Order: sequence, then C-alpha cells, then structure tokens
Amino acid sequence: MKPGILMLLLLLSPFAAQAIDSRQFANPEQQEAYETLTSELRCLVCQNQTIADSNAELAADLRRQVQEMLEQGKSREEIVQFMTDRYGDFVLYKPPFKLKTGLLWLGPIVFLLLGLVAVFFVIRQRQPRSQQGFGIPTLPGDKEVAAVTENGQAEKLAKIRRLLDEGDVS
Amino acid sequence: MLKYLLPLILFIVMAIFLAIGLGLKPNEIPSPLLNKPAPAFAAPKLQAPNEKLAAADLKGQVWLFNVWASWCVSCREEHPVLNQLARQQAVVIIGLNYKDDPAAAKNWLDTLGNPYNVSIMDQDGRIGLDWGVYGVPETFVMDKKGIVRYKHTGPVMPDDVQTIFLPLIAQLQAEAP
Repeated sequence: MKPGILMLLLLLSPFAAQAIDSRQFANPEQQEAYETLTSELRCLVCQNQTIADSNAELAADLRRQVQEMLEQGKSREEIVQFMTDRYGDFVLYKPPFKLKTGLLWLGPIVFLLLGLVAVFFVIRQRQPRSQQGFGIPTLPGDKEVAAVTENGQAEKLAKIRRLLDEGDVS
Repeated sequence: MLKYLLPLILFIVMAIFLAIGLGLKPNEIPSPLLNKPAPAFAAPKLQAPNEKLAAADLKGQVWLFNVWASWCVSCREEHPVLNQLARQQAVVIIGLNYKDDPAAAKNWLDTLGNPYNVSIMDQDGRIGLDWGVYGVPETFVMDKKGIVRYKHTGPVMPDDVQTIFLPLIAQLQAEAP
C-alpha cells in the first residue's frame, strides 16, 4: 500500500471508531440518558474505556442492559445502582465520596495545600531578615544600611555603592 | 542536615508507595457480591437443555460456581485443576457455560473431562451480568445458605485449591445449613 493511502486511512480511522453501535430511542430524553450513562460506566475488561467507547463483548452487554432498563422506564439512579450492585464502585468513572475513596477525592487538595505551605516558607526564607512579615521588598534605605553595618557588612555595601557609581560614570 | 534529609524521606515515601503499586492487581476487582445471597437464576442445563437448574435448588449444600467457556484460553489451563478437585468430591461444582456454542462446549467436556455436577447455559451473558462476571474464568464459593463467600478471578491454580478452596470448603461444610 502506498504510504499516502495508508496515512489517509489512518486519519480516517477515528470516524470509524466513533459510532460503535448507536442506538435509537423513541424518546429524546432516553437517548440523552443512554449517552450520558454509557459514557460514565467503565468497561471492566478494558479498564480505561467507557462502555460507550469499548468494543469488548462485555461492554456491548452492558450497553444492551442500559438500553433495556431505560426502555422499561428505569431511572438513572436505578441503573447506576444495578451496575454497582454487580460490579462495585469500580464500574463508575466518577466514584462516590466514601471513606475508602476519600484519598482519591481529597488527595489533590491536600497536595495543593502542601505546595502552598512550601511556597510560603521558601518566599519567607528568601526575604532579608529586616523585612520579614512586611510584604513588598524595598531597596535598602539608611535605616537598613545602618542595621547591616552593625552586622559588619559595611565593607560590602561600600563596594556595591562604589561599583554603582563607577557604572554611572562610564 | 534537613536539606539532605527531606529529599531522602520524600524518596523513601515515594518508593514505598510505588512498591505497593507494583504488587497491586488492578484486574482483580473486588466483588460487591461477597457475603450477599447468590444472584438467582434458572437456566437450561448444557447436557439436558429441556431441564433447568435454579440457584434455589442448591440450597443446603456448599457449591462452587465456575464460569467457563470453550473459547476461553485460561479455562484450558484451569480445567485439569477442576477435574482433580471434582475427583475429591469435596464440593458440588456447577458450571456456567458463558456465551458459548453448546456443541463446542459439549465437545470440550467430552475431550477434556467433565468436572461439573451440572453446567448451565448462559448464551447471551445475562446470568454472567447478574454475577458481575467480567472475565472468564471466575469461580464463586457459596455456603449452605446460598451466600457468596468467596470469589476467585482468573484460573484456579493447584496452589489456590490447597491454600484457599479446600480449607474454605471444609469450613463451610462444617457450618449448620
């Protein structure tokens, strides 16, 4: 096969994959419920696909089950309950908030807070001692110079001043 | 000191979590059926399609429910283990012939031996769905009251029989019906 044709076919493949088996309902609400439900239920064979996306036989069975239950007039909750009774919470892409899933739901928030705390301490450490807790850093004024001088830093400051002055001249 | 200790601690914590992750089996989904009544069924027998077997008929005995199919590769691996278990006559073994062609299934039992007291047919997979079957083979153990006490995903190996199934069966046989 010529590479061009192969490439074209590969580009077209997503279209072929989209509608695995689309089902028609008389009632548009049922159609919508079917589409949301099948995209929220996990295919247990190919664990990273929803039953709407999967070609596995089990996914087809589960789609059939969802369709039949909708046609019998079952509610969304009843169908989700039916599935979790048989396959456990794992069948849901959005697991319910429970003690067991607490880490899953709260983990990201905990890590965000940990990160914020770390950032806070890093920033605080980088600020000169005299400005701790006062927010926006300013250039050292006379007061600070005096304070630094007391710490035996006068020489360094004098050198900085000299260098700055030289820079102005040239 | 802390400067070196902190990354080390972080590394160790991560290593521990990753090591646990390596040992997990994400394919084995815990069954919500555990310690619940076995899902009801009434299905035609594979070798006598005019007769039906219902879950209720098995009350009062400890029974194994093994999901199998002639198209299932790991079932072939498991089959001699089941044959061996059947010879010990420790437990009633019921087969669920899942989404299979009856002729192929019968042929399979004729050539490889039949460990099942009865096999029932589930050609469209509805019984399997009620039992939360997502891969074949799967094996359930029911007590005398018809409560699911154990589920095994994947082929049962000789080790599993010795360390899990036989002790559990002995325990359940000793329980009052």
